[in-house]
Amino acid sequence: MAEPNIPTLNVLPAPRRARAAGMQGKRWVFVAVMFVVLGAVPLAASLAGESFYVSLVSRMMIYALAALGLNLVVGYGGLVSFGHAMYLGIGAYAVGILSYHGVGNGYVHVAAALAAGALVATLVGLVCLRVSGVAFIMITLAFAQMLYFLAVSLKTYGGDDGYALPARSDFGFIDIGNATVLYYLVFAVLMLALFAVSRVVDSRFGMALRGCKSNERRMRALGFPAQRFKLIAYVASALVCVLAGVLLANLTSFVSPSYMQWSVSGELLIMVVFGGVGTLLGPVVGAVAWLVLEELLSSAAIGLPWGGDEFLREHWLGLLGIVVVLVAINLKDGLYGSLAGRKEREGT
Amino acid sequence: MTGALFLAQILNGFQLGVLLFLLSAGLTLVLGIMHCINLAHGSLFMAGAYLAATVFERTQSFMLAALAAVTGTLLLGLAVERMVLAKLYARDHLYQVLATFGIILFFNEAARVFWGQAPIFMNVPPALDGTIDLFGLAYPAYRFAIIAIGLAVGLLLYVVIHRTRIGMLIRAGASDAAMVSALGVNIGRLNALVFAAGAALAGLAGLMSAPIISVQPGMGEPVLILALVVLITGGIGSIRGAFYGALIVGAVDTVGRAFLPMALREMLETSLAQAAGPAIASMLIYLLMAVVLAVRPAGLFPVRHG
Repeated sequence: MAEPNIPTLNVLPAPRRARAAGMQGKRWVFVAVMFVVLGAVPLAASLAGESFYVSLVSRMMIYALAALGLNLVVGYGGLVSFGHAMYLGIGAYAVGILSYHGVGNGYVHVAAALAAGALVATLVGLVCLRVSGVAFIMITLAFAQMLYFLAVSLKTYGGDDGYALPARSDFGFIDIGNATVLYYLVFAVLMLALFAVSRVVDSRFGMALRGCKSNERRMRALGFPAQRFKLIAYVASALVCVLAGVLLANLTSFVSPSYMQWSVSGELLIMVVFGGVGTLLGPVVGAVAWLVLEELLSSAAIGLPWGGDEFLREHWLGLLGIVVVLVAINLKDGLYGSLAGRKEREGT
Repeated sequence: MTGALFLAQILNGFQLGVLLFLLSAGLTLVLGIMHCINLAHGSLFMAGAYLAATVFERTQSFMLAALAAVTGTLLLGLAVERMVLAKLYARDHLYQVLATFGIILFFNEAARVFWGQAPIFMNVPPALDGTIDLFGLAYPAYRFAIIAIGLAVGLLLYVVIHRTRIGMLIRAGASDAAMVSALGVNIGRLNALVFAAGAALAGLAGLMSAPIISVQPGMGEPVLILALVVLITGGIGSIRGAFYGALIVGAVDTVGRAFLPMALREMLETSLAQAAGPAIASMLIYLLMAVVLAVRPAGLFPVRHG
């Protein structure tokens, strides 16, 4: 990445560097465990004869990918985007629209999705990044709504009802028509994204981005082009979500405006906070925990008296709402954040 | 396109604008004074509509329905502020967004539990059931009542905020809460009061909308997003901005939906116009907002401090 005239950063003072190293140790243990567990899911599912879990965990990993992307701007850039579902939608619609017109090649799908995502994210970012704070939250939301209404009005591609893909994207010898192959593709993309994000946030670019989060004026005074850094981070984070959208469309074999409903943007934010804002693995933990919670509550069978189970199955969203409120009030560091014993977070 | 149709659309736009003003005034109070973002504002709107429809059905008295809607949302607002938002004022906006998002989920589900999934309807009160003849256009009296009440509330808000002692404290709290607190004003109570007032305004908007839209779970979200657009376009934190912003957004949305598809049919070929017309019409206010922000990041009527 071209970074002209950027002063060298003395990354962290010694005591914090030592703490950070300890944390990195924990992080790698966690990553290794996650790698093994997620890698073994299809095997375990086939042994248990519950192929349902393969698609469930695929879905979790796709949302984890999207949350990972969102965390890049929210956690490291301090920019609360309330419209990232839009990029999920762009990824999904790239697959849907191309498939509709008979283009089945997955590589073309991905390229088109990324190109469209980069274009939209750059334009939206240029406008949104003129404002900050509450205004940024709301204008990102408004742009996402704009695209949502556009998708609803695309009657050719199903409009409100969405559009069922004739087939999944064709990636040549990687046959993602097979659920397990698709699972491993999602798994590989997630792991690659994790690696890429970890490299990015620890790079000079990432450090400068975090600097902009804690004190943008100081970073500008030091000679960093803060605005450009934020835009780059915004576009990068959007592209991760676009990839998640491509995978989501393939997993469900379905494209629908509901992918970019504003509540999806809200859910992505919840996943990030649930796991731990501004931590590398937080969004992954948050996405998995959130979707597990959703799954458990919506199919509750815990033996509550007076038809409590049935009531819960029907109205689980209400309970989920209470959980969200409690998380927002009490769990400032998130699940992974507090697990990793992370008392201080960058930029706060 | 006839003159009567045009007039009707202008009035519809004005009426939507006035309703949006009631909603965004409440949001502005909370956002401008407590710097707190309350996405659950739409849920309070929904609560107002449900309470009004239920009480009106039981008693057939519009006055009682209004009383129930306004005091009900006032108390609900107080509860939400004390139980949730008061704990989050000092925090990042992110947590306020999340907590109020959770409240939306909860309220929508609560509405389903109490009133069911199906929409319920409320009749227009008999006294306002007729139409009023305006230059040969028969326009529903109820919609005129909405416009009148909205303008009256707007005027009242203006007087309270700019001409009374409590308004002075509210404005001072918006500029420098710590200083106001140091001068011996209970800022916590002031915040609760302002929040409850905002909630009551949302309830009032819900009450007045109930007879013209279907009352159902989730009805608060679309209007919430419209109100947010109003806030951004008008300029965050100023009641004046909310007022003009609401009228502009209401007019652009209504007139755009009514006439844009028609106008496009004149200019483009039919199939393209049929596809693009509704799409552009529903995106119009968001485009407006984006353009406004690109040109004036602080909104059309930014708040003036000092």
